[in-house]
Amino acid sequence: MPEPVEALPGLSLDTDQGLLQWISSVDHKQLGIMYLWTALAFMLVGGAEILLIRIQLAVPRNTFLGPEMYNELFTMHGTTMIFFVAMPAIFGFATYLVPLMIGANDMAFPRLNALSLWLTIFGGLLMYFSFLAGGAPNAGWFNYAPLNGYNYSSQPGIDYYCAGLLLGGIGTVSASINLIVTILRYRTAGMALHNMPVFVWMMLVTACLVIAAFPSLNAALAMLLLDRRLHAHFFEVHDGGSALLWQHLFWLFGHPEVYIVILPSFGILSEVFSVYSRKPVFGYVFIVGSGIAIGLLAFGVWVHHMFAVGLGNTANNFFAASSMLIGVPTGVKVFNWLATMRGGSIRFTTSMMFATSFLVEFTIGGLSGIAFAIVPIDLQLTDTYFVVAHLHYVLIGGTLFGLLAGLFYWFPKMSGRMLNERLSNWFFWLFVVGFNVTFMIQHVLGTLGMPRRVYTYPDLPGWGTLNLLSSIGGFLMGAAMLLLVYIIVQALRSGPRAGADPWDAYTLEWTTTSPPPLQNFDRVIPVASVRPFRDFKMPHDADHKEVGKRKGIYGK
Amino acid sequence: MGSIFSTATVEAERLHTLDLYFIIAASVVLLTVIGATTYFSLKYRHRDHDDHAEPLQTSSNLKLESVLVGIPALMVLAFFFLSFNTTKAVLPPAGDSVPAVRITGHQWWWQASYPGTDVQTANEIHLPIGRHLLIEGTSADVIHDWWVPSFGDKMDVIPGLHNHVWATIKEPGVYEGACNEFCGQQHAWMRIRVVAHTPADYERWLAAAAQPAAEPTDRLAQAGAQVFARAACSSCHQIRGTAAHGQQGPDLTHFGSRETMLAGLLPNNESNLANWLRNPQALKPGAHMPRFIFAPDTIRALTAYLAGLK
Repeated sequence: MPEPVEALPGLSLDTDQGLLQWISSVDHKQLGIMYLWTALAFMLVGGAEILLIRIQLAVPRNTFLGPEMYNELFTMHGTTMIFFVAMPAIFGFATYLVPLMIGANDMAFPRLNALSLWLTIFGGLLMYFSFLAGGAPNAGWFNYAPLNGYNYSSQPGIDYYCAGLLLGGIGTVSASINLIVTILRYRTAGMALHNMPVFVWMMLVTACLVIAAFPSLNAALAMLLLDRRLHAHFFEVHDGGSALLWQHLFWLFGHPEVYIVILPSFGILSEVFSVYSRKPVFGYVFIVGSGIAIGLLAFGVWVHHMFAVGLGNTANNFFAASSMLIGVPTGVKVFNWLATMRGGSIRFTTSMMFATSFLVEFTIGGLSGIAFAIVPIDLQLTDTYFVVAHLHYVLIGGTLFGLLAGLFYWFPKMSGRMLNERLSNWFFWLFVVGFNVTFMIQHVLGTLGMPRRVYTYPDLPGWGTLNLLSSIGGFLMGAAMLLLVYIIVQALRSGPRAGADPWDAYTLEWTTTSPPPLQNFDRVIPVASVRPFRDFKMPHDADHKEVGKRKGIYGK
Repeated sequence: MGSIFSTATVEAERLHTLDLYFIIAASVVLLTVIGATTYFSLKYRHRDHDDHAEPLQTSSNLKLESVLVGIPALMVLAFFFLSFNTTKAVLPPAGDSVPAVRITGHQWWWQASYPGTDVQTANEIHLPIGRHLLIEGTSADVIHDWWVPSFGDKMDVIPGLHNHVWATIKEPGVYEGACNEFCGQQHAWMRIRVVAHTPADYERWLAAAAQPAAEPTDRLAQAGAQVFARAACSSCHQIRGTAAHGQQGPDLTHFGSRETMLAGLLPNNESNLANWLRNPQALKPGAHMPRFIFAPDTIRALTAYLAGLK
């Protein structure tokens, strides 16, 4: 098999390095990079959609898009960002990094790995084909019954939604099975479970969440297709179905999904905080344990999306308790990362800047999340712009900031090139300022009573100004994303060579060349703690020698 | 339009208190995190003149971590009890109580009927102050959501189910809200106006609203009434006192006395009404009112008739 040498696929059909070689690849590193390119491409599409939406919302009673196009665009924006940006990005990092971090040569099932990627890509393309096939899905990414039924949405968009997400979902489940087997069976000698990098741990939990949560979504999608095309009546109230059944099935998937997209970022951040603070991650056991706790609790909280549907106070209070409870392990992590910084020698690279600002942005999202676990507050604020603000603080301030920290951290490993640090800093500030301008304001709009998913709004005091500001912030974020693309392409073309270990890092992936050869490692160094490469570089101060002295739990 | 902080009902006051407790607690947590992040970032920043010795490799501290788990756990416990008690106080089960008003959500307008009377209104809901009112809701098509911010809790209205909220309104006035659950093309224009009256005023309003529609007096309006009866209007709309008993669209018995039309989209006046009759899809794309190709004379007659229904 030919070796991958460049991260950017060439356009020649030369089978050694060209496009054909990438398309036919079963190498986990190439597949991982293709996942990441997929995520970036869909990010630009989903971003363009939201900028059109923000133009529409910039002034009251605007007629730029009209209701039909607006509803299609906000549906596609949400669906794209969750299923075809966040998921491929996460599985890109996991597919690329997990074998390298555990000292393996490849994933357990390389061909299944390729199938997973291509199912995801084709799922996304199929969903976008709906624009040409008579209308995109228009009932929201949550796609509530009975609005998603044939009686109320007779255009084919929702059928494409079902088919696209089913394909993508099968890809995601198979990728997760692959990850679980790889992590459990292919670790190098000495890498006991308690020596695994936190990122690998979080991917293990995430993959387990996927194989437990996605069947609920896939079943719901199949049922909906049956309803729409063969006149079954799972969700059709007038034929004896239940409108709420969809919500139960959707959120039984949908809430764990929130943790599916945040846990990998928690893993990434644990690596980043540790390396750039020059310290082991504080409270490894607590961090891993709280990740597992979040994974278990994730399945007991879905009804907090449904407090307003009238399930009664008993059910609501039960799910309020479980939803608030999940704040505890999440809070633990924030404090652990702060404790990792404490007493360190912190280098503020762009990666660490995203990690540090994550602490604040994610805390804002987490706290507003607790607000939604408190039933009476939820009953005021659910389905207003306050939710839009909250979920973007979690998904951007949490998930995306983590993924960007990971991108700036691992880019030299993946490409062999360094990113331009000065431009990267510009990107950071532009993005963070734009992000907060866009979404901080939306908390206020929500308390003022502005419902979400409206294509326009009346000219009430303050509404126009706040929405205009929010739109301006959105365009700042858009400009930042274009700058990011430029930074990446520029580095791939002419960035300085990175060398194997530019950050003086701790884990196994940095022991091989950048980018790694096809077989990953000539020789895997011995592993006896969470930071094997540091032990290797500083044998006199190795973690596993220090058990008593440091009160550490490393290297048993 | 009120916010969640302008409390027009006793229930909303109770929620307001809970909101304040939460804002205080959340601010303390957020400021702690911002403070610690900033302090550690400045204090432990690597400087070039630092020696290259590695910092002390502390990796865990069971005592500290137990405290860090314990404090959030206690806060969560406190807020669970606050949440539990507030819910019990503001949203008790409806039991057999007769609602003051029954709300039905439609794509894209609100139907309100007042139990014990024949009165129906659309989008503008009239309620008395000072009483512990039960508001019951359901839907005729997809899921909508009833929310007046200064009243407090919202309520999803779902086909096949009956939900409820309670409201004890404090002052007379007009309170605005909107549909909060995405319900299709015109979700944006499904706004709510609650008109709160003193009890005596409310009784007067109810008695007037219970009257059948006013007979048209001038020739133009009479012609409009004939068009209304003859054309398809009466198969969807009801005008009490006439042969029109349709239930698909809003009840128009006292249409002329409403301040807004099309669920809050526009002020209710003759020119807006004429535009609507001319081409409904131009004003509210997707609305279920069909476009009738009326002659200009017919539109003038219908407008005169409907505007006169007070």
